[in-house]
Amino acid sequence: MSLDSKTVAHIAMLARIKVPEAELAALAKELSGIMTWIEQLNEVDTTGVEPMTGVLHRNLPQREDKITDGGYPDKILMNAPDAAHGFFTVPKVVE
Amino acid sequence: MSDEKNLIEGRTGMWEVILGLEVHAQVISEAKLFSGASTKFGADPNTQVSLVDAAFPGMLPVINKYCVEQAVRTGLGLKAEINLKSVFDRKNYFYADLPAGYQISQYSQPIVGKGTIVLDMAGGVKRHIGITRLHLEQDAGKSLHDQHPTKSYIDLNRSGVALMEIVSEPDLRSSEEAAAYLKKLRSILRYLGTCDGNMEEGSMRCDVNVSVRKVGDPLGTRCEIKNVNSIRYVQQAIEHEARRQIEILEEGGSIRQETRLYDPSKGETRSMRSKEQAHDYRYFPDPDLLPLVLDPNWVSEIKATLPELPDEKRARFISQYGLSDYDAGVLSGEKEIAEYYETVAKGRDPKLVANWVSSELFGQLNKVGKWITDSPVSADALGGLIDLIADNTISGRIAKDVFAAMFETGKPAKQIVEEKGLRQVTDTGAIDAAIDEIMAKNADKVAEYRGGKDKLLGFFVGQVMKATGGKANPALLNERLKAKLAG
Repeated sequence: MSLDSKTVAHIAMLARIKVPEAELAALAKELSGIMTWIEQLNEVDTTGVEPMTGVLHRNLPQREDKITDGGYPDKILMNAPDAAHGFFTVPKVVE
Repeated sequence: MSDEKNLIEGRTGMWEVILGLEVHAQVISEAKLFSGASTKFGADPNTQVSLVDAAFPGMLPVINKYCVEQAVRTGLGLKAEINLKSVFDRKNYFYADLPAGYQISQYSQPIVGKGTIVLDMAGGVKRHIGITRLHLEQDAGKSLHDQHPTKSYIDLNRSGVALMEIVSEPDLRSSEEAAAYLKKLRSILRYLGTCDGNMEEGSMRCDVNVSVRKVGDPLGTRCEIKNVNSIRYVQQAIEHEARRQIEILEEGGSIRQETRLYDPSKGETRSMRSKEQAHDYRYFPDPDLLPLVLDPNWVSEIKATLPELPDEKRARFISQYGLSDYDAGVLSGEKEIAEYYETVAKGRDPKLVANWVSSELFGQLNKVGKWITDSPVSADALGGLIDLIADNTISGRIAKDVFAAMFETGKPAKQIVEEKGLRQVTDTGAIDAAIDEIMAKNADKVAEYRGGKDKLLGFFVGQVMKATGGKANPALLNERLKAKLAG
């Protein structure tokens, strides 16, 4: 699979990674290489095989509906660069 | 399918509105969908957040079994297929109140499949609206944009709370049907105890898909109106959006598929430009979560605990109590009303009780803006009043005054009747005396009556009733009056 610069710019935007225009072509080439390598998996015939979701044959572990966590806003906000009045703050996002 | 009265008239002909609703219903549970933090509404910011909800590195989600049970219960209540195997996916998008950068949701394999909701429209018309699916997902945090001139404040208390997204087929054809759908869905969720349906607190939110077409044409391009937070606004938003689309199409333009926002203060919908590029969610199965596999026996156990739902209750009210379809609908629509009604109706005339609940009680409650659970007149107290009518202690007319006094003071009916001396006069002697007095005072009218002017009977009834302070037994009064007037 070959990715063009436009697709790479789109992916970068979705991931909120700033990529200078000049680097797009090189990145497209690298990502295309990775995609092509992964595409080797398409050579395996998987007709009638259920997708494997894990290597452990067990069910999804479940929890009781009990309050066992929370109550530590200081910890939650510990790494926030600009917390105020118990909130995280970010540059204004307006609709 | 197209019903004449639902069509909108444009300059170039009649247009049909096609609507599909996506409802986000917050699951009633103690803890969140994938963490042990509390779901309680209104706490101080970020006090009900676990490290999972704040997406700290390395934290793993563990599903809350009760949230799964609630989704299954809702699916069963919507007469829908329960998928014994479902899968959680990551829905990727970037927003300040979504700390992980993705929402855990269900995409291609939801927990609940196709179901149906029956709407009771005016004139006894029933409309069957298809449910496409119901899936479980996490709620995001809350952004506050009005606290600071240049910053948005983020509270993650809601982050990770379980939501059920309930998607309808594009089967709805008018804003009235959309409103009826939301009311019915809310009623079912409340009966089931799976969501409180409170739109003001945001525990039920609605996205509306609107498109229009000329009757018989293929489906038009739709616009999605996001996060409408009351049933009234949903109706207004639909009306405005349908008109907007019709105008564009009649001018020869075309509709652009986009996300729009309804502004109730301006009465218009407008484009949410920020969402235009966001529709690339890059779903993929969440590698932190194995597929959710349900034991069919467990599903059967949940099914066995389902309460009687509004449609079944309505049918029973008609067959058991002989109520009209309309009254049965009103009295079964909300769980609390149905419980109140059945408590009063027990051992009493069910139709009389239906009238009292739906006219007097609802009338007074509406006047003071109270909900039935806060009624100053309890079901037992109303029953006490109806018993006094049944045993002829008071007339139905006086009973209305007694009820108003009960509503105001909270006193039982019997006490009010005694204190105000409202006991009905059933003593023939007293009624005769009152009649004689009125007839003596109105000798001319008596003569006219006897001369063939029957209509005057009403005048005499009124006068005698007035003389007895409204307390005369009406049947007895009529009987005695007619006899005496006949001479």
